[in-house]
Order: sequence, then C-alpha cells, then structure tokens
Amino acid sequence: MNSELPFLVELIVSAFILTGAGFAVIGALGLARMPDFYMRVHLPTAGTTLGVGCTLIASVIYFSFSLQTLSLHEFLISMFLFITAPVSSHMMAKVALHTGVRYVSHTQGRPWPSRTQRPSRDNSQILTEWPKRP
Amino acid sequence: MLRIAVIIAMLMFTVSVLLNLYRMVRGPDLADRILTLDSLYVNAIAMIILLGIFLGSTLFFEAAMLIAMMGFVGTVAVCKYLLRGNIIE
Repeated sequence: MNSELPFLVELIVSAFILTGAGFAVIGALGLARMPDFYMRVHLPTAGTTLGVGCTLIASVIYFSFSLQTLSLHEFLISMFLFITAPVSSHMMAKVALHTGVRYVSHTQGRPWPSRTQRPSRDNSQILTEWPKRP
Repeated sequence: MLRIAVIIAMLMFTVSVLLNLYRMVRGPDLADRILTLDSLYVNAIAMIILLGIFLGSTLFFEAAMLIAMMGFVGTVAVCKYLLRGNIIE
C-alpha cells in the first residue's frame, strides 16, 4: 500500500469500503435474525451484493489513482455478480417452494403443493395421462 | 487512513462471515444452507478485493473472478440437483 495518494482519494475510497462492509454486515445480520426462509432470501441478494458493489467501486478508484491508468477489471466482476444474483436467488426460492420449507404465519402469500412434493414420486401415473400415439 | 479503513472493513466482513456460519449451522432446511453458501462466496470475493487493496496488488482480480463464476455454477448445480434429481438432464 503506497501512501502518496491525495487525501480526497483516500477519503472517498475509505467511505466506499466502509459503506460496503456496513451493507454486508446488515445483510448477514438479517440472514441470521429473520424468522423465515422467504424473508431470509431477500437479504443476501440485496445487502451482500450492494456491499460487494461498493467494495469494487472503491477498488476501481484506488487502482485507477494508484497505477495512473484506468483500471476496469472490477466492473467485470461486479457486472457478473449483478447479473447472476437474481438468477441464483430465483433458483433458491424455487428450491424452497418445491421442498416445502417451514414458514411463519405472517408471511405474505402461501406456497402451493407442487408435483415433486407428492408422497410418491411415481412417474408412471403422470405418463399414463398422456395420449398414446397410434 | 485507508489502511485503518481496510482493517475495519475486514473485521466487519469477518463478523458477516461468522453470522453466515451461524445460520449455516443452525439453518433448519437445505434451502437456508444453500442461501448461506451463496452469501459466503460473495463475502469471500469482497475479502479478496480488500486484500488486494491492502497489499496494493492487482493479482487478486482473477481469483475473485474465478470465485464468482464457480460460486454461481455451484449454487445453480445444487439447486438443480434438489429440484430435479440430477444436474444436467
């Protein structure tokens, strides 16, 4: 870590780093404290992604001033995270719906029973409903 | 000042990782554990970026990029396994 950066750059980078760490701690605190999976799934996808985004912006500013060139590697990581976070969140919510997690009584909406949640996952019953090819 | 800020932020990310580990140990269902693993790899990316700022080295971005891609692939693979019974159909 070199110390010849101007004071304003150090201030901005420190502010971004601390903001990102605060977002991450808030997300993890919500993940640990919320009573229900359907409430818990909101927090890492919002809080932790914002925290990493702020840290990556701080890294862009720091390395752009430290190496005297525009350093844009971090935008690749942040774009990748911002694209993949909703996809993985959607997959996890779908897993929660299909495996039937427990939920508290004041969660909004009710999950419906799905086909994979049947007591016997017998595919022959589903296949007999199909029309037979002549 | 930047050095102190990076150290404080690393401590806060450590607290975040510990809270995630608490939820992973205590989480009542499999979906909670997948969610916690997903959150843990995002925290690992942030800690690697902070270590890169702390050491003044740009060698850590490739490691962060690899962790981002492999973490997403792992989350999707575990979710597909739980949903469908196998990963690639």
